[in-house]
Amino acid sequence: MDLAINGVRKRVDTDPERPLLWVLRNELDLIGAKFGCGEGQCGACTVLIDGVAQRSCITPVGAAVGKQITTIEGLADGDRVHPVQSAFIECDAMQCGYCTAGMILSTVALLRQNGSPSEAEIKQGLEGNVCRCGTYNRIVDAVQRAAKTMTSEAKEPRHA
Amino acid sequence: MLETLDAVKETAIKRRDFLRSVGGGVLVLFTLGEVDAQESGRGGHRGSGNEQLPEDLAAWLHIGPDGAITAFTGKVEVGQNIRTSLTQAVADELRCTPGMVKLIMGDTALTPWDMGTFGSRTTPTMAPILREMAGTAREALAESAAQRWGVKRDEISFDKGCLIGPSGKKLTFGELASKLDWAKTIGQKDSATPADKWIIGGTSVPKVGAREIVTGRHRYPSDQKLPGMLYGRVLRPPSFGAKLTSVDTSAAAAVPGVTVVHDGDFVGVAAANEQLANKTIELIQAKWQETPQISAKDLFAYIKKNGEQSGSAPETQHKSTYTVAYIAHTPLEPRAAVATWSGGKLTVWTGTQRPFGVREELAQAFNLSQADVHVLMPDTGSAYGGKHSGECAVEAARLAKGAGEPVKLIWTREEEFTWAYFRPAGVIEVASGVDRDGRLTSWDFRNNMSGPAGLESPYTAGNEFIHFYPVDSPLREGSYRGLASTANHFARESHIDELAAAAGTDPLAFRLKNLKNDRVRAVLEAAAERFDWPKRKASSNRGFGLACGMDKGGFVACCAEVSITPDRNLRVEHVVEAWDSGAIVNPEHLKNQVEGAIVMGLGGALFEAIDFADGRILNDRFSKYRVPRFSDVPKIDVVLIDRKDVPSAGAGEIPLVGIAPAIANAVYSATKIRIRSMPILPAFQASA
Repeated sequence: MDLAINGVRKRVDTDPERPLLWVLRNELDLIGAKFGCGEGQCGACTVLIDGVAQRSCITPVGAAVGKQITTIEGLADGDRVHPVQSAFIECDAMQCGYCTAGMILSTVALLRQNGSPSEAEIKQGLEGNVCRCGTYNRIVDAVQRAAKTMTSEAKEPRHA
Repeated sequence: MLETLDAVKETAIKRRDFLRSVGGGVLVLFTLGEVDAQESGRGGHRGSGNEQLPEDLAAWLHIGPDGAITAFTGKVEVGQNIRTSLTQAVADELRCTPGMVKLIMGDTALTPWDMGTFGSRTTPTMAPILREMAGTAREALAESAAQRWGVKRDEISFDKGCLIGPSGKKLTFGELASKLDWAKTIGQKDSATPADKWIIGGTSVPKVGAREIVTGRHRYPSDQKLPGMLYGRVLRPPSFGAKLTSVDTSAAAAVPGVTVVHDGDFVGVAAANEQLANKTIELIQAKWQETPQISAKDLFAYIKKNGEQSGSAPETQHKSTYTVAYIAHTPLEPRAAVATWSGGKLTVWTGTQRPFGVREELAQAFNLSQADVHVLMPDTGSAYGGKHSGECAVEAARLAKGAGEPVKLIWTREEEFTWAYFRPAGVIEVASGVDRDGRLTSWDFRNNMSGPAGLESPYTAGNEFIHFYPVDSPLREGSYRGLASTANHFARESHIDELAAAAGTDPLAFRLKNLKNDRVRAVLEAAAERFDWPKRKASSNRGFGLACGMDKGGFVACCAEVSITPDRNLRVEHVVEAWDSGAIVNPEHLKNQVEGAIVMGLGGALFEAIDFADGRILNDRFSKYRVPRFSDVPKIDVVLIDRKDVPSAGAGEIPLVGIAPAIANAVYSATKIRIRSMPILPAFQASA
């Protein structure tokens, strides 16, 4: 089957019922999506499918055919990281970093829906993502910082 | 690059050969044993140049002819940010930028033996060692430059990896190191730069490797991949203690692309992909002999029966019993390993706090010499004391051996919950006496099963009896962030609150009256001030509690505000925690650790508990075992106390111990209901 991942077409010969997570990781070596629970409860495996945050550990790969899949590897623009990625670094919003890719992609999806979310809206939007190191408050700060950056960049787009 | 440290030792390589094997430059070795030689250099005038490598190396540091600065330590990074703090230590002494320093960590072939990364030991022990080595290298470079330029050492200054002479002459570390070709073994000499003179130490250097993490490029143990690698699954018993009586693997073995490995009680499969491995393991028919196991409902009765009851000194007025449940670490990255065999030698990448311990486990399991086992520990998706052991590494190696190909094994979440180990449960009995002036007169404190960490009381009590009684744990128990300090602080600080209430005294005033430890007093006063304690008055739906304590060189005080809903739900709204662990190495990372410890502690305080019956874990997944999420997290204010006059202690663990008693005490202040068990929430809801 053909998959569109990070803007690139990839052909994979596999069972359509196989979870997208393992196709990404084991067939395509896109290891940014992590295994945490296998039941869609922790968010470490989050990817974007047509811009919506999905749990790749419980998404059959067949369901992603014909859709745009974005993984953490596809978020930066060349060497220029996405504002959400910079905000996580600037707010020191990680410890072990294992949840970070999922948190960042969930944030990107959240900010697409709501460009300036309140603290409560952020917490609600990211409730399905677990950070066992407990950096939640820093992640909230990072989301708010990214939202500000993206709002001002949208007003004054950088020249290429 | 050098072979391995073991090969180096086996061939009785000399220090100069070692220096040659790393390409020359400047090499400093730190030994915990006797320093029997001075140094080895060109011309040999500083020493014979033929000294053996010391046996008990603790770490080593190399500045290559290209100027690359590399420090080698057996410590490992699991999110506590020691890769950053140790980098700061080296950069500080070499007067260079952190970006110029590389750390090789937890690689049994390249780094010296290390007991493991636990017990908050890295900051007090490894950071000073790296500082001593880097300082030694710095002085060697400076003296060399001084000789070259015919000036005094004092006239040399440093700037970003360059040495600057009085006339503005400049040499890079690499230029000097390549000429110097010099090695030295040092021991402890207390010459590290003191904290009040730190330049990079004490500042919020950003996390090393953060960019690799946010871009998904960092490879955790579960992300390692080798050509031809297979994916493993292991057959698990239905319950703890079950013995395999018969197994039929024929259906699994008939599946193309699958290898079945059966060795004693071990049965597993290695397959071309994870899906095939998952399907094939289901085809194995096994019969097990189960044995009776203690269940959660009988746990505390069991511990009491096998432990010690509290004493009853004549002046004892108050007696209470506290319990803590088993909890799981649930690191977000479960145990994972990639194993490969080549020419009878074994290489394993795995997430562990004890790479050298895992090497020993592997050597024993396969009857190998330790030099034939290489364990590498990529920076790992957390541990919290839960990754001391090497089961997954041994299993992956067994499968790889049977399959004749590299094998990756990632434990499922259910396996991680069931077959790892738990923070021990416990029963703590406290009996105490207070005189009419509100002073403690006796303190009898007995911990059954949960452990001896954090037993020491910061209070003055005339008559003290404090003891830990081990009990055989029904579940497999092990280390956990803070160990039993959490349980002991919960019992002690809850009991102190009970005494304050019985005496009709404010909990803060009662503590300040009885505290004997000045650093505990200082953090308690700092936290209470930031929390505005005197103005916080409890109502039936809002309570305020505090707790304080000390362990492992850290001093903590925690104030908590808890709201109580009509349906008896508890929510922690606000936490203020004051923390003192000596000189602060990295304020932002320290604050991050304290915040994270509070959040992790909140889970065990309020709702985390392992439920088990008949040798089975009943809540072995995130949908059944609640961990703190965004909605559970309070506003957190951290007050850091920077004691530049005191050596830095570790800070990954003890900031966790104050939150549980602070919550229990807050619940009491609002409801007058005293909860003496962790987790608090189910007990509070049952108290209606």
